[in-house]
Amino acid sequence: MTTALPINVELPALPGAPARQLGRWRRLPLKAKAGVVLLGFFVLIAIIGPLVTPYNPGYQNPNPALSMNAPSAAHLLGTTQSGQDVLSQLLVGIRLTLELALLVGVIATALSVIVGVAAAFLGGIWDELLSLAINVFLVIPALPLLIVLLGYLPYTGQTATILVLAGLGWPWGARVIRAQTLTIRNRDFIAASRESGESSWRIIASEIVPNEVSLIAANFVNTVLYAIGASVALAFVGVTNLSSWSLGTMLYWAESQQALQFGAWWWFVPPGLAVALMGTSLVLLNTGIDELGNPRLRDANQRAKVNGRRLLPTDPTPVLHASLPPERRSPVIAFMRSFSRSAYVSDRAQRLSAAKPSEGER
Amino acid sequence: MPFILRRLGFYVVAAWVALTVNFFLPRAVPGNAVEAIMSKFPSLQPSAYHALEAMLGVGQAGSIWHQYVSYLDDVLHLNFGISSSEYPAHVSTLLAQTIPWTLALVGTATVIAFFLGTVLGILAGWRHGGWLERLLPALMFLQAIPYFFLALLLLYVLAINVHIFPIGQGYAGGLVPGWHWSFISSAIVHSLLPAFTIVITSVAGWMLQMRNVMITTIGEDYVLAAQAKGLRDRRVIFSYAARNALLPQLQGFGLALGFVVSGAIVMEIVFSYPGIGLLLLNAVTSDDYPLAQAIFLVITFAVLLANLIVDLVIVAVDPRARTREAA
Repeated sequence: MTTALPINVELPALPGAPARQLGRWRRLPLKAKAGVVLLGFFVLIAIIGPLVTPYNPGYQNPNPALSMNAPSAAHLLGTTQSGQDVLSQLLVGIRLTLELALLVGVIATALSVIVGVAAAFLGGIWDELLSLAINVFLVIPALPLLIVLLGYLPYTGQTATILVLAGLGWPWGARVIRAQTLTIRNRDFIAASRESGESSWRIIASEIVPNEVSLIAANFVNTVLYAIGASVALAFVGVTNLSSWSLGTMLYWAESQQALQFGAWWWFVPPGLAVALMGTSLVLLNTGIDELGNPRLRDANQRAKVNGRRLLPTDPTPVLHASLPPERRSPVIAFMRSFSRSAYVSDRAQRLSAAKPSEGER
Repeated sequence: MPFILRRLGFYVVAAWVALTVNFFLPRAVPGNAVEAIMSKFPSLQPSAYHALEAMLGVGQAGSIWHQYVSYLDDVLHLNFGISSSEYPAHVSTLLAQTIPWTLALVGTATVIAFFLGTVLGILAGWRHGGWLERLLPALMFLQAIPYFFLALLLLYVLAINVHIFPIGQGYAGGLVPGWHWSFISSAIVHSLLPAFTIVITSVAGWMLQMRNVMITTIGEDYVLAAQAKGLRDRRVIFSYAARNALLPQLQGFGLALGFVVSGAIVMEIVFSYPGIGLLLLNAVTSDDYPLAQAIFLVITFAVLLANLIVDLVIVAVDPRARTREAA
């Protein structure tokens, strides 16, 4: 668990630190880099977006000519049915959605660390009980429960949504962190610190948790992803605070005021696309973190190049050749053959035996 | 204790937790829910007050323990009370009308997506670095799209701009539901686009998961040994690698099912599909709490049942599960 961490890495201020940081960035998988850039873009929008909105997102222009207008110079993303500017709503909505998701991510991750570490560290009956709770909340579908819960709450403000989302978002992380803590718990350095008389709290805070940082980071990213999806879905159903502008409420109003039937794509495509892209950046980031820990998962770009030939990471015993095949197969046949490993190998073997001995394999 | 008995015990506990949460939710809400509903619907007769009280469990006679026992008894007899939004219809009648639609649509589409995703994942994992891998970023995008947004897009493009598919609803207006061809064909045509949406959005998740497990499995020595024996590719892929990679995939299926079902019921809203998701929306927007709670229970129980089936499959295909203790 000492793999390089793509996010929130604070390197010591050594003289060579900038160069080393650059090297670390370069060594990151491409997916992680793309994820960081895309997410950074949205964070930037969330920070400066609400400051540069061309209009007040709630302002309803009384001019009937401005009802559900296609994008124009005055309204870059068009207007809603009541003449509100879609771009302004989008800029404000991205901040609100991201803010909510990050807060849920922080709270839920903290909860899962507490529950996961406690279950594994306390052991015995506590572990049994906490594991049972984790598994029960994993298997109960969250969204219907969220809808019913928020429907009952008299005040469905932002805080209520955040707390309810966080309250149901911790079991996934807790499960993973519990498993990891169980393996760390039995390592020698934990036994050593226990022998030297350190308190349980100190062992947890300075020995166990620091060893799980990358796991906790991955879990945080996952939770933020869940929070974005769930909050947007809840707003779309209409059980959250509909007077504030989030991406979900934009979609809610677009759907309920029949943007679809009127063909007003500029009303529902931008918020949905923003949600999808934010989600993609998080999935990319997480896949990148996975690949750092498990190099086998890396894709075609990570294939080794030997003798000018690309080697697939899963080829158990690659047969090396001095040159690539001269003739090109038709793409259809190449596609069909690409599933057959023996055809691949026998093909090479045939060509090898046909070639002159001097051009053959070393 | 055998694996399956332990799992059964676990599902009983999970069901009990869901039931108990459901029981205490309306009782934990501040204020009088009955008054709130009565003021919202001026057309309700004063005599409905007691019916509402009985439904919501407010002002009921007896201790909370007594109420709890009678509540469990009601649920056991599938007696969920009376819907306030479609008064005086019984909640169980409404459920019986909508469940078949959702079960047919979401069930079929999820199973198709799971098999398709698993097969694609096997191929992508086997020819790791091949053409399927190039689709990965696109698949991640699909995985991150909310179900209902894709539903909106598809509806806009394929039903409103190009009239290939009907716009929402479960069947053409004017038809009487029944076992005759005109209705069945209409229902099938109306379910194509929703089913397509579910398959497209959930196939990516299954595929990525299977690919990752497959890549790890291919590195195992027994796969290398099978190749060294000169076995045919198909045999190595399916009998050696995929067969072992399928176990984590099956476990993942059980866990991810709740997410898929949740996404699918929200998607129903977009298509105005007459399933349980639309019913849930109507229940929530009209403050019909008994109905909303019953739907939550039904969905939870369906997911638990599906998980139990997955466990039975695991026991059938994994000899280790039969002997070891449940993790």
